[in-house]
Amino acid sequence: MNENQTTKFIDISGVEQVFKTKNGPFCALQDIHLTVAKGEFVALIGHSGCGKSTLLNLIAGLTMPTQGHLLCDNREIAGPGPDRAVVFQNHSLLPWLTCFENVYLGVERVFGAASKSTGTASENKAQLTQRTHAALALVGLTPATQKRPGEISGGMKQRVGIARALAMQPKVLLMDEPFGALDALTRAKLQDELLDIVSKTRATVVMVTHDVDEAVLLSDKIVMMTNGPSATIGEVLSVKLARPRNRVELAEDRHYVQYRKAVIDFLYTRQSHVEKAA
Amino acid sequence: MVSAVFHSPLETSIPSPVASSAAKIAMKKVAVSTDTARATGQKDAKQNSHKPAYDWRGLWLAVLPPLFGLGLLIGVWALVSLGTSSSIPSPLATFKQAVVIFSDPFYRNGPNDQGVGWNILMSLERVAVGFGLAAAVGIPAGFAIGRFEFLSRMFNPLISLLRPVSPLAWLPIGLLVFKGANPAAIWTIFICSIWPMIINTAVGVQRVPQDYMNVARVLNLSEWKIVTKILFPSVLPYMLTGVRLAVGTAWLVIVAAEMLTGGVGIGFWVWDEWNNLNVKNIIIAIFVIGIVGLILEYVLIKIATAFTFEEVKS
Repeated sequence: MNENQTTKFIDISGVEQVFKTKNGPFCALQDIHLTVAKGEFVALIGHSGCGKSTLLNLIAGLTMPTQGHLLCDNREIAGPGPDRAVVFQNHSLLPWLTCFENVYLGVERVFGAASKSTGTASENKAQLTQRTHAALALVGLTPATQKRPGEISGGMKQRVGIARALAMQPKVLLMDEPFGALDALTRAKLQDELLDIVSKTRATVVMVTHDVDEAVLLSDKIVMMTNGPSATIGEVLSVKLARPRNRVELAEDRHYVQYRKAVIDFLYTRQSHVEKAA
Repeated sequence: MVSAVFHSPLETSIPSPVASSAAKIAMKKVAVSTDTARATGQKDAKQNSHKPAYDWRGLWLAVLPPLFGLGLLIGVWALVSLGTSSSIPSPLATFKQAVVIFSDPFYRNGPNDQGVGWNILMSLERVAVGFGLAAAVGIPAGFAIGRFEFLSRMFNPLISLLRPVSPLAWLPIGLLVFKGANPAAIWTIFICSIWPMIINTAVGVQRVPQDYMNVARVLNLSEWKIVTKILFPSVLPYMLTGVRLAVGTAWLVIVAAEMLTGGVGIGFWVWDEWNNLNVKNIIIAIFVIGIVGLILEYVLIKIATAFTFEEVKS
């Protein structure tokens, strides 16, 4: 049981997702089996339209599978909840709230009410405020606390999104192409920050990405998905690079290059027919 | 339906008070820094050289074209006046009459002879009451129609059927039901200003970005938090557009309604002056109606922009 909880923290078995469309049913995902251990960093990679985000939404509980089960911490995933925080691709901050208020909204919901399941008492306003400030400090945004999303850069917005997710102290952090909309330099900076934060908080992370370097640099396990429709998991690659990782040193590392090659090989040699099909 | 949200010719024709006051402040700063430059020497003088020269071209563009436009209007008017051998009064005669009228806008000589101020206030009061009732009904109705598909499918045919009807067609029904001219006029305002508010609020609710609703679901927010923190703020710009359209229509309709119902009001005043064949006063009334409408619109646009936030882009 105990072992089960650590190695199969997220347990996905036989999951299939079929969407009803005007042109009849569309099978997005088929036959997905995947386990994620506690504290593991998993990247989902594949061509666009291969159902990466669909799988992430299933883990988040935003959509329900048409077949199969998803367990998180030995409980069926029946809907979205703050134990599985999501960092959205387009950050999805509420533009009428300040950065502080955006983060506080989640903190208040999780820690502001007494929790029966964990037996914790509700926290007072000062504690909630302190949590919010701590989360913003973690992503280096203390100076922008009182700014609205419209007044800060794209990279900063994405950091607020991460702070909002982290502040809820989720069991799992789900990230949907979190740095996809950012320029390369900002992306690299945020990846380094994320590495740092994950090593500090030992969070379990599932991240959707289409960036090979990002996947190899950040993850313990890369889940490569075949092209849709009816996408499934093509291959799972364990990345056994020592942590902490440094992008500059890794760039010439033999193993890093091999991992990178393996992913590129999968994406562009074996799963390259996406353009032709479309 | 939700056409160009807050675009208005106003913003281009009226020089923004913010810009001009900012310019004033900038000029003051220049003055101050020249003083300090004399006192402290080169350091401040260097900063001073970075101050941009006053934007004369912008000032010309803000002031001259509108003046030309106004000039054109008055010119055409004067020509028409000459051509009709002054059965349409000349601009100058009308202006003199306006000075007389506005020197005593709040007199009362019996129910059918009151100052222009009273007429405007009475019309505005009717618009306010009718519009307020319409907002009290229309905005919640819009929320309900936008939130529940059943209601939207139920009321859409009714709205499509009733919206194109000229508000004045409702006046006899109002007279019949309320048995009075004033409530009938208010009823007409109510019926014409309710549609834009229902439709825009409903569209706003339907267009709340799915991302925001996903955030609400992931954070597991309470229904109250969803309404106050997500639904209401994202619907607000749409709602205010509805309000602006509604007030505009109401102000259009009140003139016509008052012509038919009589009493005190700017529309009645126009009709009364027509019966007296006092064309100068009619022209003055047209200007007054236009200016009041302009002010209403301007105020509502200012309110709307204050509550509009930059859409989150991916």
